[in-house]
Amino acid sequence: MQLIPKVTILDGAQMRRVVRRMAGEILEHTGGSADLILVGIRTRGVPLAEALARELEQMEGRQVPIGSLDITLYRDDLSTIGPHPVVRSSHIPGPVDGRVLVLCDDVLYTGRTVRAALDALRDYGRPRRVELAVLIDRGHRELPVQADIVGRRVPTSTQEEIRVSFEATDGVDKVEILGREEPA
Amino acid sequence: MKLLVRGGRLVDPAAGRDGRFDVLIEGGVVASVAAEIAPPAGCEVVDATGLVVTPGLIDMHVHLREPGHEYKETIRTGTAAAAAGGFTSVACMANTAPVNDERAVTEFIVTEAARHGFARVHPVGAISKGMAGEELTEMGEMAAAGAVAFSDDGRPVVDTELMRRALLYAQHFGRPILQHAQDLFLSGNGVMHEGEWSTRLGLPGIPGLAEEVMVARDLLLLAETGGRYHVMHLSTARCLELVREGKRRGLGVTCEVTPHHLLLTDQAVADTTFSTNVKMNPPLRSEADRQALLAGLADGTVDALASDHAPHHADEKDVEFSAAPFGIVGLETMVSLGLDRLVRPGVIGLGRFVELLTAGPARILGLETGTLAPGRPGDLTLLALDREVTVDPATFRSKGRNTPFAGWKLRGAPVGTILGGVPVRLP
Amino acid sequence: MNAESWHRKDLLGIADLSPEEIRLILDTAESFREVAERPIKKVPTLRGKTVINLFFESSTRTRSSFEIAEKRLSADNMNFSTSGSALEKGESLVDTALNLEAMSPDLVVIRHRAPGVPHLLAARLRSGVINAGDGAHEHPTQALLDAFTIRRHKGRLDGLTVTIVGDIEHSRVVRSNIHLLTKMGSRVRVAGPRTMLPPALEALGVEVHTELEPAIAGADVVMMLRIQLERMNRKLFPSSREYFQRFALTRERLGAAREDAIVMHPGPMNRGVEIASDVADGPQSVILEQVAAGVAVRMAVLYLLSGVREEEG
Repeated sequence: MQLIPKVTILDGAQMRRVVRRMAGEILEHTGGSADLILVGIRTRGVPLAEALARELEQMEGRQVPIGSLDITLYRDDLSTIGPHPVVRSSHIPGPVDGRVLVLCDDVLYTGRTVRAALDALRDYGRPRRVELAVLIDRGHRELPVQADIVGRRVPTSTQEEIRVSFEATDGVDKVEILGREEPA
Repeated sequence: MKLLVRGGRLVDPAAGRDGRFDVLIEGGVVASVAAEIAPPAGCEVVDATGLVVTPGLIDMHVHLREPGHEYKETIRTGTAAAAAGGFTSVACMANTAPVNDERAVTEFIVTEAARHGFARVHPVGAISKGMAGEELTEMGEMAAAGAVAFSDDGRPVVDTELMRRALLYAQHFGRPILQHAQDLFLSGNGVMHEGEWSTRLGLPGIPGLAEEVMVARDLLLLAETGGRYHVMHLSTARCLELVREGKRRGLGVTCEVTPHHLLLTDQAVADTTFSTNVKMNPPLRSEADRQALLAGLADGTVDALASDHAPHHADEKDVEFSAAPFGIVGLETMVSLGLDRLVRPGVIGLGRFVELLTAGPARILGLETGTLAPGRPGDLTLLALDREVTVDPATFRSKGRNTPFAGWKLRGAPVGTILGGVPVRLP
Repeated sequence: MNAESWHRKDLLGIADLSPEEIRLILDTAESFREVAERPIKKVPTLRGKTVINLFFESSTRTRSSFEIAEKRLSADNMNFSTSGSALEKGESLVDTALNLEAMSPDLVVIRHRAPGVPHLLAARLRSGVINAGDGAHEHPTQALLDAFTIRRHKGRLDGLTVTIVGDIEHSRVVRSNIHLLTKMGSRVRVAGPRTMLPPALEALGVEVHTELEPAIAGADVVMMLRIQLERMNRKLFPSSREYFQRFALTRERLGAAREDAIVMHPGPMNRGVEIASDVADGPQSVILEQVAAGVAVRMAVLYLLSGVREEEG
C-alpha cells in the first residue's frame, strides 16, 4: 500500500517553536537539574533529543548529555515477526543511577516502544526519575503510557502514518500525515 | 527344451559379431548362431526385434552377504538384483560370516544360488583363513567346489610373504589372485580421497598412493612368481599406469574399474553434503584420475567393468559420514550408467562396453560364458538402447538402497536375461 | 541476499556465507558487545526460547561461551555432553536428533568430532542448528569472533595480511578462518611443518609457507593454533621441543611482522610449545579480547537464527 503525504502538520519554523517550548517544559519539570540526561529512542528519537539539547544549551548555557537507546532486544513482538530486525548499539553516557532521564521519541502511538525503552533503561541502573517527551502524540494507545511533554497532539486514524523529518537526518524539519491515495 | 532368440542385433565381441543374428539354444547350451534361423518344431521364440542381444553379462565383483549378513542381502535377493540389472553371472566375494575360506561355505553358496536360478554365482574363495592375512586357505578344495578366484576383498593382503605364496599356490588350480590394493598405513583412518576436497571438508584422506604402493609391490612379486594377478576396483591414474606397464612387460596382470569411479569424483562428498552414499573404498578419486580411467577403458588397459555391489542396511548408512560403512549397490544401475554415460557420449563403443562385461571378466575368471558359440552356456542379455529410465532405489530387487545415482535419468536399459536357455522371470 | 536481514535456519559453516551475511553478523555483534558493558548484562530477547547445547566432544571454552550468550539473551538452555548420557550408550545420531526434535528446541548448538554431523542434524531438525565445531571441517563462530576482533583493531578486514601457523591439516579453525578472511578480502598465509599441511591448500586461495619467518614478514595479524599434544604419537612431529624451535611465536620472530600486528590464539594455549609466554601476555596479544568477542558474536548468531522459521530457511 503506497502512502502519500496528505497534510503538513508542522513546517520548519513551527517545528522549531514547538521544540523550543518542549525544552522549556523540560527545564520547568526538572528544575534545571544538573543531572539531566536526554535519551533518544532509536532511530527518530535521537535527532529530537539532539534538537532539545541544542535549545537547552541556548537557554542554560551548558551542555546536556545525550544518549541513544535501541529497543530491538526488548520488543514484545520478536517471536511473531521474522526475520529479526537489525540491532543497533545503544549508548548511555555514564551511569544513570540517581539521575533524571528524559526519554525522547518522535511519535507516541501504541506505547509499546516506550514500554520496551523503560525495560531497557532498567538494565542500565536506577534513575531517580524518568520523563517522556514526544514531538507528536497521535493517540491509539495499547498500553497505559502517557507523555509528560508533548509537542503536538494529532488525532489520526490507524490507516494513517506520521512522518517526522529532521534537518540533521533528513535535510528538512517537517511533520506530515501520510494516508492512502484517494481514488481519483 | 529349445529357445530361439530372433530378430535382434547381436553384439558378441569375443566372436567378432555385431549385426543381425538369431541364436538357437538347445538343452541349455548354444546350438547355433546364424543370420536367420527358422524356429524348429516345439521351440519357444523370443522376439528381440529392436533390441541388442549380448552374451549373458558378468559382474565379476559383488557382495551377496550370505551367509551371515542376510539383513543386508541374500543370495536370492542379490541374484534377483543381478537378473534385473541384466546379469546372468556374478562372482561373489568371500567376506561373509563365516568367511568363504573352506569348501563347505563354497558349496553352500553354489547350492543356494542354483536353488533360486536367477543368475549363475561364482564364489571367490578367501586367500587367507578367516581373511586374517596369516595362513593360506585350502584353495584346491574350494576350487573343486566352484571357487573361480581367490581374494581377501575388503582387506588387502598386507603380508608380502603371504602374497608371494598365494600367487604361487593359486597357479596349481589355474586361479587368479584378486587384490584389494590398499596400504593400510597410508590409508589410516581415511574416509575419502586425499586431495583438495578432503582438505576442504576436513575429512581424513586415503591417498591414491595407498593403492599404488600396494600394486607396485604386488607387480614386483608377480614378475618373480608368475601366475595371474588382478587389481580390483582400480581407482587412480598412476595405478592404471602400473598395470599398463605390467602388461607391456608381459605380466599376468588384469584390472577392473567400477562405474562410480568412472562417473563421480571426490567433489561429490561436498556436493551431496556428506552423503554416505558417496562413501566407498577405494574412495571416489580426483577428476584427473577419473579421466585416466576413462582413457584406460578406451585403450584396452582395463579388462572388466565391475560394480563392487556392496549392499548395506539403511540404518547402517543413516549415520555421520565417518561412521558409515564403505560401499554402494551397483548391480541394478551399472548397465544403464554404462550405456548412457560411456557408450552414448562415445567414450567407448557398444562392442567394447559389452566386452568389458562379457569376454573380459570371463577370461579373467576362466568362465565358459562370455561369448556365444555352439556348446557354450545359453546365457543371453537383452538390452533396449533407447529405453529411458530414472534410477529409483525403491524399485531395486536388492535389499540395499545405498546408491549415489538415485534420480539419475538414463537412456538404455537391460530388459531381460536368459539363463541356460530359459528366460529369467523374477517373482 | 539481503544484507539487512538474515534468512538461514542454520549456521553450518563459513563456506556457504556471503560477505554481506558475514558483515551482518559482525555488525550485529557490535551491538551485542555493548550489552556486556551494562550493569545488567541480560536482555529479554530470547525469553521463552529453548537452546540445546549438544557437545559430543569436550569443550570448556566454546560451550561456556555459548552458555553465557544464551543466558544473556534470556533463553532457556540445556546441556547434553557425552558423559553419562545416551550419547555414550551407542544411540545413533539420527535417534538422538529425533529425541531432540521431540523436545522442540528452537536452536541446537552442536560440537562433534565428525565433519558433517551438524549438516546431518540440520537436515533432520525443524530447529535451527549452529555448528560449534565439526571435526577438522568448520568452526564458524570461532572465525567470526576472530574477524570481529581483527576488525575492532584494524578497522577493516580487506587488504590485511593474516598469517595462521600450526597444524593446518587438523584444524577446523583454519578452514573457517580461510573462508571468512578470503571472502572479506584479506590475504591469508598458512604455515606449518610439512607434515601438518594437507594437500591442495592453495586451492583455498591461501599462500602456503613451510618456514615461519617469511610467513610472518609484514603480517597485520599472526594467529597461532593450538598444537594437539595428544597427536604427537601420530607421526606428525617428533617433540614439542623441536616444534617450539622451528614454529613457535617468540618475541624475536614477531619482530618480522608489522609493528602494529596483533597476535591471536583460539585457545587453549600451550605456552612454550606454539607461543612464548612473553608474546601471549605481551602488548600485541589480543587473546583475551577474543574470548570476550566470542560471547558477543554468539549472541548475534543466536539472535539472528532465532528470527528465522523453518519455511524461510
